[in-house]
Amino acid sequence: MTPPLLEVKDLRVEFPTRRGTLVALDGVSFDIAPGEVLGVVGESGAGKSLTGAAIIGLLEPPGRIAGGEILLAGRRIDNLPHEQMRALRGRRIGAIFQDPLTSLNPLYTVGRQLVETIRTHLPLSEKQARERAIALLADTGIPAPEVRFEQYPHQFSGGMRQRVVIALALAAEPQLIVADEPTTALDVSIQAQIITLLKRICREHGAAVMLVTHDMGVIAETCDRVAVMYAGRIAEIGPVAEVIHRPAHPYTVGLMGSIPAMDEERERLLQIDGAMPRLSAIPAGCAFNPRCPHAFERCRSERPELMAGGATRAACWRVEESKAVLA
Amino acid sequence: MSAPLVEVRDLAKTFEVSSPWLNRVLEGKPRQFVHAVDGVSFEIARGRTLALVGESGCGKSTVARLLVGLYAPTRGTVGFDGQDAHKTLASSGARALHRRMQMIFQDPYASLNPRWKVLDIVAEPLREHGLVQGKAAVEARVAELLQSVGLAAADAQKFPHQFSGGQRQRISIARALATQPEFLVCDEPTSALDVSVQAQVLNIMKDLQRERGLTYLFISHNLAVVRHVADEVGVMYLGRLVEVAPKAELFARPRHPYTRMLLDAIPDIRMSGRARTPVQGEVPNPLNPPSGCSFHPRCPHASERCRSERPQQLAIGGVRVACHAVEEGRI
Repeated sequence: MTPPLLEVKDLRVEFPTRRGTLVALDGVSFDIAPGEVLGVVGESGAGKSLTGAAIIGLLEPPGRIAGGEILLAGRRIDNLPHEQMRALRGRRIGAIFQDPLTSLNPLYTVGRQLVETIRTHLPLSEKQARERAIALLADTGIPAPEVRFEQYPHQFSGGMRQRVVIALALAAEPQLIVADEPTTALDVSIQAQIITLLKRICREHGAAVMLVTHDMGVIAETCDRVAVMYAGRIAEIGPVAEVIHRPAHPYTVGLMGSIPAMDEERERLLQIDGAMPRLSAIPAGCAFNPRCPHAFERCRSERPELMAGGATRAACWRVEESKAVLA
Repeated sequence: MSAPLVEVRDLAKTFEVSSPWLNRVLEGKPRQFVHAVDGVSFEIARGRTLALVGESGCGKSTVARLLVGLYAPTRGTVGFDGQDAHKTLASSGARALHRRMQMIFQDPYASLNPRWKVLDIVAEPLREHGLVQGKAAVEARVAELLQSVGLAAADAQKFPHQFSGGQRQRISIARALATQPEFLVCDEPTSALDVSVQAQVLNIMKDLQRERGLTYLFISHNLAVVRHVADEVGVMYLGRLVEVAPKAELFARPRHPYTRMLLDAIPDIRMSGRARTPVQGEVPNPLNPPSGCSFHPRCPHASERCRSERPQQLAIGGVRVACHAVEEGRI
């Protein structure tokens, strides 16, 4: 078995505030194999974007990694000095963010931004870098790349801008791409194109992807495995088809049931009552217990860790109980 | 069959986006117009839901605003319960009409005044229309409204920032229901919400419709949501309705190539592996829309006629579709 490209072990991210320390991520562990696409899904505030930010070393202060390790190809990267992390970011880990307009500098042409990125990371001449930039633009499906090379971001549509951002992320052939809601700002027809592009291009370049999104549909289309996050922890992780068709965690069940489906008629959607807890008021035991229809005594007092149940791993005491019943 | 509650005929709205007068004179620039809504017609029967879907910039929100009178139409009429809505809104009957139609906006953060208590927000329409007299009566009515959308009566004393996005959207719904309207225009009411919260809001909206016989115009870009709430669906592209059909018909047998493309673009969440044609191209610049059928540059079935002649709506059974290829039986 190939060793994982990225390993996240027991990651803890804290935000010290005047009213005490908020724990935004607590005991998050997962890994990504080379070339694998891992989806990270959850609702606002679940900590999915924060996980991505911690990996690429772009946590907003005062947020900080307070525990755990992040390893890229076996080497720790969470404690690297600022300069070394900067060299690594872009070179070995590429990033794609939600809003393509804010990830591009409006004052420089798209070509200049690409050439600058390429030359920062790769030992290429201006001319070679330019050729590579145009090849990248063509590769991401931008028509007339030589013309587009000279244009500014405002001359591009939203979908075309996101293609440019993908080209930028791929500029130095990184092994891992962290894509944070790459299609959320786009219309459905453009979203479908960008998903197809991202899948194709990562396969061709052999890059692994961590895809952060709130859209289960995008996950189903793109990913090999998926991690479902809730209140700063992973609730369930496993192969996409298993998580979608046979979810083990009650939160995943609720999440899937609350999505209106295209292929079936339902009078009412399955509803998870309540809302995700605030970071300052995460319940004891399992964070989902106040909203969980199956919660029992143990859920209120003892926090479940991820445990194997079927083909997925879920952080739920019911998984253990059901195994006890089966045994 | 009774007359429809809402009857829209050839509705159009043009916005001027020209450069300032001095620039036009000095630089010889022409005046420019965007035809945000260009000849849209539909009806909504009492107690039913019509959903309008389309991508950004297709004019669906402009239709919503035209319907409630936030914009005056450039052309066409909006009929509401047999009267011309825009004529009524310009007359002394405006207040009575406003009471009967209300709107729910997309962004629950922007549509509630952060300095007002929920009590004042929800009571504003009651006071404005003089529906309830006396402090105690107003408070009782607000409590009742909040409870009808699943909030607590005590929430009236809180401020909007104390609520989550989904709860705020419920406050917006409570406010819209305050005047006991018959017709609600909902402009992307759940697109700013997480899916589990979206499910709560959609369930409430359906329950309220059943209990009170409300009529909805539901604007959304999410076809799965539309499929869940709508009775009829209208698909808009660049300011025009390209297809209007009963929900079951539209999803089972989409006629217009754009409708087919939209349905194919939805991520396949059940991973059923259904065959899909890849989506091509982007929405053109509405300042300079293509000639003929505005969808022709992206359409796999475009012919010479599609490039030159604008298709008219054609009725097939209960479906209306504007497409030459459908008319000629090519698809």
